[in-house]
Amino acid sequence: MITKRSSRAGRVPMPEQPPEQRIGNFDEVPLGYDPAQAQAEAGRCLRCKNPRCREGCPVGVDIPGFVGLIADGQHGQAAARIKEANCLPAVCGRVCPQESQCEALCVLTRRGEAVAIGRLERFAADYERMHGEVPLPERRPATGKRVAVIGAGPAGLTVAGDLVREGHEVTIFEAFHKAGGVLVYGIPEFRLPKRIVEQEIDYLRRLGVKIELNQVVGQSVTIQDLLEEEGFDAVFLGVGAGLPVVMGIPGENLVGIYLANEYLTRVNLMQAYAFPAVDTPVVRGKRVCVVGGGNVAMDAARTARRMGGEQVTVLYRRTLDEIPARAEEVHHAQAEGIEFRTLCAPLEYLGDDRGVLRQVRCQVMELGEPDASGRRRPVPKPGTEFLLDTDLVIIAIGSGANPLLTRRTPEVALNRRGYITADERGLTSHPQVWAGGDIVTGSATVILAMGAGRQAAQDIHRYLSGSPLPGPAEPTPDSTCPAVPVSDVFSSA
Amino acid sequence: MATILTKTELAPKILEFCVAAPRIARKALPGQFVIVMADPVAERIPLTVADFDREEGTITLVMMVVGASSWKLSQLQVGDSLYAVIGPLGHASQVEDLPAVVMVAGGVGTAPIFPIARAFRTQGARVITIQGARSGSLLFWSDRLQSVSDELHISTDDGSAGRKGLVTELLREVLERDAARDIGCVYAIGPTPMMRFCAKTTEPFGVRTIVSLNSIMVDGTGMCGGCRVDVGGQIRFTCVDGPEFDGHQVNWETLLARQKTYHTHEQCSLQRLPVTES
Repeated sequence: MITKRSSRAGRVPMPEQPPEQRIGNFDEVPLGYDPAQAQAEAGRCLRCKNPRCREGCPVGVDIPGFVGLIADGQHGQAAARIKEANCLPAVCGRVCPQESQCEALCVLTRRGEAVAIGRLERFAADYERMHGEVPLPERRPATGKRVAVIGAGPAGLTVAGDLVREGHEVTIFEAFHKAGGVLVYGIPEFRLPKRIVEQEIDYLRRLGVKIELNQVVGQSVTIQDLLEEEGFDAVFLGVGAGLPVVMGIPGENLVGIYLANEYLTRVNLMQAYAFPAVDTPVVRGKRVCVVGGGNVAMDAARTARRMGGEQVTVLYRRTLDEIPARAEEVHHAQAEGIEFRTLCAPLEYLGDDRGVLRQVRCQVMELGEPDASGRRRPVPKPGTEFLLDTDLVIIAIGSGANPLLTRRTPEVALNRRGYITADERGLTSHPQVWAGGDIVTGSATVILAMGAGRQAAQDIHRYLSGSPLPGPAEPTPDSTCPAVPVSDVFSSA
Repeated sequence: MATILTKTELAPKILEFCVAAPRIARKALPGQFVIVMADPVAERIPLTVADFDREEGTITLVMMVVGASSWKLSQLQVGDSLYAVIGPLGHASQVEDLPAVVMVAGGVGTAPIFPIARAFRTQGARVITIQGARSGSLLFWSDRLQSVSDELHISTDDGSAGRKGLVTELLREVLERDAARDIGCVYAIGPTPMMRFCAKTTEPFGVRTIVSLNSIMVDGTGMCGGCRVDVGGQIRFTCVDGPEFDGHQVNWETLLARQKTYHTHEQCSLQRLPVTES
């Protein structure tokens, strides 16, 4: 029997693996709502006349619609409703920063806690998956047009899902031996189980999307080859940022210092946690320092804790008030015993005579004047240097633009930082090439990349349908969210 | 995909594979490499493209059995497929118009040297090749090297073939004879210590020296940064900035230390193999 939960009452708590247990495994930390919990949480929704939550969703999911369906016990319908706008709901329900998007606009935040939209999205997607075959949406008749999508990450998967449903033939080219991009190499198993990503990709395959693995576009085949020789009509570039940066301080090449991408790729994609049952090893540290304060730093720290790190410390040069990681990630990390040394920056890494890391020399910082980002700039506090013993350092201070594809694609213009220049529709300087995600914006989030993919897919579809440009680029609610299929908006003209 | 068409034992623990890989064969150039995986849980390991046939759509790879991953590769037979072959990766060799070049091949370095030597020869350069190995039984492709070289000098550590000694001694003699005259460049490819000492040998002669680094890699596309090396005080990624660098600028100590990162892991993996050779 479901009892109505007051909207003013707090959220239905999310069951979790307790910290002392979870640091010994890679299983998912939040366990997900059961149907009764989900229905109770969905019942908190006030069903506003003018709901704002949907405006906060980069892909325009019909949030009031699917939350209402869950409240009415129509969980399968709720999942179908989400999938009209989002082909990866089980992923987004887990990794989207809902607190700064849809949930931030929920009217309940004025008096208490927002409806837990992310948890409900996850519930609906998981419910559908666990209750038999996921039904496929209708696919429009084949158009005979062919689209090449470069990169099987969040942006590329979204483009592929949207365009295949419009009847276009879509092939994704992925450099790695598994599809998913950052979802499989970057985000750890305990935050996003790989089988969920696999199932979402399988859904795209069943929709008819072809995926060619192990293809480094730019190297094994160029954009020009795809358009001129292989018969593609349009290309979407969603290759991610992915050229990690270092601080340029002494000792960064010592053995035992990883850039976060390598550490996470070894553990996630290559499953080094299972070494020697798999062949790819990774250095295990007892005293671990993670440099940086973003979500990648949290993922690295929590992974290192599970890989045997007894003392894992995040070194961050500002304070917890400025830390860019999601609050939820910081809390999870703290609960797992990870220490935060804020206002602290590494100056130099020290090793032994075999070139193996032993210590990091740090400096205490203080906050000075605001910088270009509006955050107060950390400045060194003189005479405050100190040494920390460490046997594993993971550097997670961000990425630059990877030149591998763009240097072989001169016809696509770049900005001065090496990222691809694209307009709000995702169109690049090449009339048949669109781009979106981190390779356009620099490092951002899964959902923003998906939002860019959605925009590009609409424009590619318009191009392939031979429709004129829609009027001044002020997207109507319907054009950002094809609950009404995109084709109805654009191709009937 | 990536079916093994031929497999040849060139020397003890050194194998040559010819693999069907049409897209790679169409684009590969001397100096580039591929990443291969033997099976879904194998390591991703870089191997230089030793040859390619654009018409047949095949590439040739030469590998030495040193650890668990290369042992797994060695167990694959004709008709089997590699789980993954990714490439061609890295920059191609810069085959400039030079009057003469010296090619130094150490051990399995013979394989990547061969297409580079051939490219210089085709360009019209006089190619002086020095091939070295621990022992005569480990030498391979001397005939192929001979076919693209104006001179071929061979040395072995134990004197069982060619001159007894190291390739650096032959290299010094060639440079003393010809450096001042017309040698535009020296290529040295082989084990890291051999490349290091070749670079040291050429330094007093002021001859540009190119080495092809075999850093540990994961993705091979610039994404992970595991293959980073210090070249001239700058951090460079072997996979996207290399694999060829100026041997006089490479910080060899850090490269050698980083190559030993997983030494104990490798011992552990080797012990798990069904057949452990001494």
